[in-house]
Amino acid sequence: MSLYQAVLELADDHLILSHRLSEWCGHGPMLEEDLALSNMALDLLGSARTLFSYAAVLEGKNRSEDDLAYLRSEREYFNCLLVERPNGDFSCTMLRQFYFAAFMEPFWQAALGSSDAVISGVAGKAVKEMAYHLRHAGEWVVRLGDGTDVSRAKMQAAINDLHPYWEELFTTQTANDALPDRAEIRTQWEASVKSVFVQAGLAFPDPVHAQQGGRIGEHGETLGHMLAPMQYLQRAHPGAVW
Amino acid sequence: MYSQGLIGADGSTNETEEFLAAFQARIDAEEKIEPNDPMPAGYRRTLVRQIGQHAHSEIVGMLPEGNWNTRAPSLKRKAALLAKVQDEGGHGLYLYSAAETLGVSREQMTEELISGKAKYSSIFNYPTLNWADMGAVGWLVDGAAIMNQIALCRCSYGPYARAMIRVCAEESFHQRQGYEIMLTMCNGTKAQKDMAQDALNRLWWPALMMFGPHDGDSAHSEQSMKWKIKRFSNDALRNKFINATVPQAEFLGLTIPDPDLNWDDTLNNGAGGYVHGPIDWDEFWRVVNGDGVMNRERLAARKRAHDDGAWVREAALAHAEKRAARMAAE
Repeated sequence: MSLYQAVLELADDHLILSHRLSEWCGHGPMLEEDLALSNMALDLLGSARTLFSYAAVLEGKNRSEDDLAYLRSEREYFNCLLVERPNGDFSCTMLRQFYFAAFMEPFWQAALGSSDAVISGVAGKAVKEMAYHLRHAGEWVVRLGDGTDVSRAKMQAAINDLHPYWEELFTTQTANDALPDRAEIRTQWEASVKSVFVQAGLAFPDPVHAQQGGRIGEHGETLGHMLAPMQYLQRAHPGAVW
Repeated sequence: MYSQGLIGADGSTNETEEFLAAFQARIDAEEKIEPNDPMPAGYRRTLVRQIGQHAHSEIVGMLPEGNWNTRAPSLKRKAALLAKVQDEGGHGLYLYSAAETLGVSREQMTEELISGKAKYSSIFNYPTLNWADMGAVGWLVDGAAIMNQIALCRCSYGPYARAMIRVCAEESFHQRQGYEIMLTMCNGTKAQKDMAQDALNRLWWPALMMFGPHDGDSAHSEQSMKWKIKRFSNDALRNKFINATVPQAEFLGLTIPDPDLNWDDTLNNGAGGYVHGPIDWDEFWRVVNGDGVMNRERLAARKRAHDDGAWVREAALAHAEKRAARMAAE
């Protein structure tokens, strides 16, 4: 299928996760983490913007990054379900970030050699950002797993809550030669997760049914509630410039 | 907001005449006072209060703008808003660190904020009701803050003055960015221009109140001026702000919501200046003392973040201790 669709999947993953992280701004457990969460949200948003602009070019319908972000409905969003999961508590947010970064860091590494100049360009910037997200979120998984009884219980609960959602990271509707094969990232992802869980003394649960549907626009109920406030000004004032 | 920082300050001091004279001589010679230098207890207390309240203002100030993080109308605005709110958090961090050099901990200051003992700028107890508020907050609130903070770059206390230099550079960027939002909306649809006027109507007077009470009613100003913690009077800074801002509003095609505002040629040694109508000081004191529209929600949000984050901070500490013990055992 088209590169347009594949780039859109990537852009949607980045925008939706960025939006989730931005919900923390001003409410973090400590000032330093408030700043770090906003930093990660800004990194993801930066990549999303480049990817949306590129998707718009590939589509060739004279649409802008904002048209793609603000004027598509839930069924036209193709992010994986993991990134739209609600923030939950800090352990849940950090685990979700860790799972995502453990996928994206090797993904962008592989994309550095892409034949597509835009993709390899995004990869060049994003690979450093994802290395930071992976380290930062991974360190929190270790801290919380190894911290107090309370933090360990919360982290284990977060692992159980997100367990149905990580496998969708390795799927796509739209394999394309310009992008790395998602399924091939799985080995590296599992190695990262295993290494951090061992340090944290956490158990990876037995397999459960993997929830999927994001890649065909079938989401959980939560995505619509996120898009509604995000899109309301664009929807309420069609054509206005902001 | 920083003149408001002096509300409740206790500058009383009981050192010997010689000590105070020697200290004053350093101030008069424009020497910077550094953390380990001898200083009157009243000077230290005044600065702890002012810097602490300034830091709290930055942190609480993240909330009214953060209110629009998830609703910014374009990806560019979304990125700029999030970066701006993050900057405010960064300012809070420098300021808490500057206050810590005076012997007070961030934990203590946070407790005082949450218990309501410490104040923060009254402006943040007003709600942000439409997207133009993101423009007006940058233009007016950051604009008013800059008037105060430029003066604070020359404050006698070194760590505070140096923190202000970086803060001012960022605030100045925020102010221009806010004005650019207003300009875009004023050049947009009628609905957008109406939002811009509405934001100005609601935020103009609260922005003027940020400079604190009139000079005659400002209880702690005199000692702070003498110690060069404060360089200009509340009214002087307020007037400077009005004179700079009125032409900017005219350029936008917006009306300042003050029917009594008029130009007086004789002010500022014949250069002229604006005279504003009466400020509603009852409203000011009501909001300072806890009865603004958003006071309770702002404090509740800070308390919730602090309380909900306690287990995270405890876990980080426990992990660090366990790790240190493991390393020691190896």
